[in-house]
Amino acid sequence: MSERRKFLLIVGVFLIAYFLPASDPRVKGALVESFAMLHEYAREHVLLCLVPAFFIAGGISVFISQDSVMKYLGPLAKKWMSYSVASVSGSVLAVCSCTVLPLFSGIYMRGAGLGPATAFLYSGPAINVLAIIITARVLGPELGIARAVGAVVFSIIIGLLMHLIFRKEERMRTEKDAGMFERDVEQRRPIWKDIVFFASMVGFLVFANWARPIETTGIWAAIFAAKWVIAGIFLAVTLVSAFRWYDGEELKEWYSSTWDFALKILPLLFGGVLAAGFLLGRPGNEGIIPSQWVNSLVGGNSLGANLFASVAGAFMYFATLTEVPILQGLIGAGMGNGPALALLLAGPALSLPSMLVIRSVIGTKKTIVYITLVVIMATISGMIFGSVWG
Amino acid sequence: MVIKILGTGCKNCKKLEENARKAVAELGIDASVEKVEDIKAIVGYGVMRTPALVVDEQVKVMGKVASVEEIKKVLN
Repeated sequence: MSERRKFLLIVGVFLIAYFLPASDPRVKGALVESFAMLHEYAREHVLLCLVPAFFIAGGISVFISQDSVMKYLGPLAKKWMSYSVASVSGSVLAVCSCTVLPLFSGIYMRGAGLGPATAFLYSGPAINVLAIIITARVLGPELGIARAVGAVVFSIIIGLLMHLIFRKEERMRTEKDAGMFERDVEQRRPIWKDIVFFASMVGFLVFANWARPIETTGIWAAIFAAKWVIAGIFLAVTLVSAFRWYDGEELKEWYSSTWDFALKILPLLFGGVLAAGFLLGRPGNEGIIPSQWVNSLVGGNSLGANLFASVAGAFMYFATLTEVPILQGLIGAGMGNGPALALLLAGPALSLPSMLVIRSVIGTKKTIVYITLVVIMATISGMIFGSVWG
Repeated sequence: MVIKILGTGCKNCKKLEENARKAVAELGIDASVEKVEDIKAIVGYGVMRTPALVVDEQVKVMGKVASVEEIKKVLN
């Protein structure tokens, strides 16, 4: 940081502190809200949900061979194969949002082409494991699942539409490089061992977070009563498989990439929680922004509300995972479920900075068409989801 | 020797650049470290998983932050 910027920063902080209407009840309330929301996250979501999720994300980036996925995105792969792989591979390839754009450019310029590349670009940020786990945990399983399914389905539709719209132009462009996608994959252990390892981690996560059902008898209540036993078994399987099957070097890589995720994401997420609490407040409470405003813009499930949520989401920049506390605040302030999904689908996939990078790769015309498609698709899926889950 | 760090400017890329500079300093060799941030240029190297380390136009490491020790090995 240059001295000049330091100076400006200090002046800025000073001016805010100087003019802060500290005795205003709304500001007071908002400040309390922001820390209350942080408290809630620390209590409810960190130990049992975020921490295991970091371990899973770390495991994916170390133990799953990304090269084995890449070959389906190369120029020689069958078209239907590249579309389906592109639409789901975000879960293993794009564990961090900053990796999406280079992969997108590579698939577009040297690999399977515009269609699969856009499918990947759209679904990647929405279906990375951390995003799905946190969405389902904080905003409820319906929204979590709808987010994942919506992202996969619509990514294929958007990819196909982009391909059809620009079919002629695409034929001209040939600079394929199969070698970039085909790399030697060394098989370090049979695949079922990896599956057992990841399944037991996911099992622990699911059962440790099992919510108390409303009924006191029946299957769900029985699972709830036994949840620590079941979660304990999964944890034991995870530990045993990790230490039996993976060597010390791999385990060290696993810990360090888990640690990297935690370091990268926790400060952003906590900052996002503080901001969301300050601006919007916890559900049932108000932050600095009056709930009526939120309600009038994105309340209910009207076309206008969904469209507004999509457009706002498309241009806004969300740091990894911060879309979740922000949405929680918005929903608490009266946002409907449909617009919430619309924002989830349009938000992380696009932002003003990412639009500029995308434009530099595929040009202005295609970028505009892509943005329009994303906004329309997010609006439609919001409307559908809102009318089903209201 | 020309060392290039490919990456769009996220944290990992900066970490890799730092490690590369350290490795060069520790080896005491004559090498320049440059950054390549243009995404088309990055793909031009056949790299999709950033950050990547390029030594004299050859991709040596990609998709991870190589440690100072690893980079030293590559440079020798």
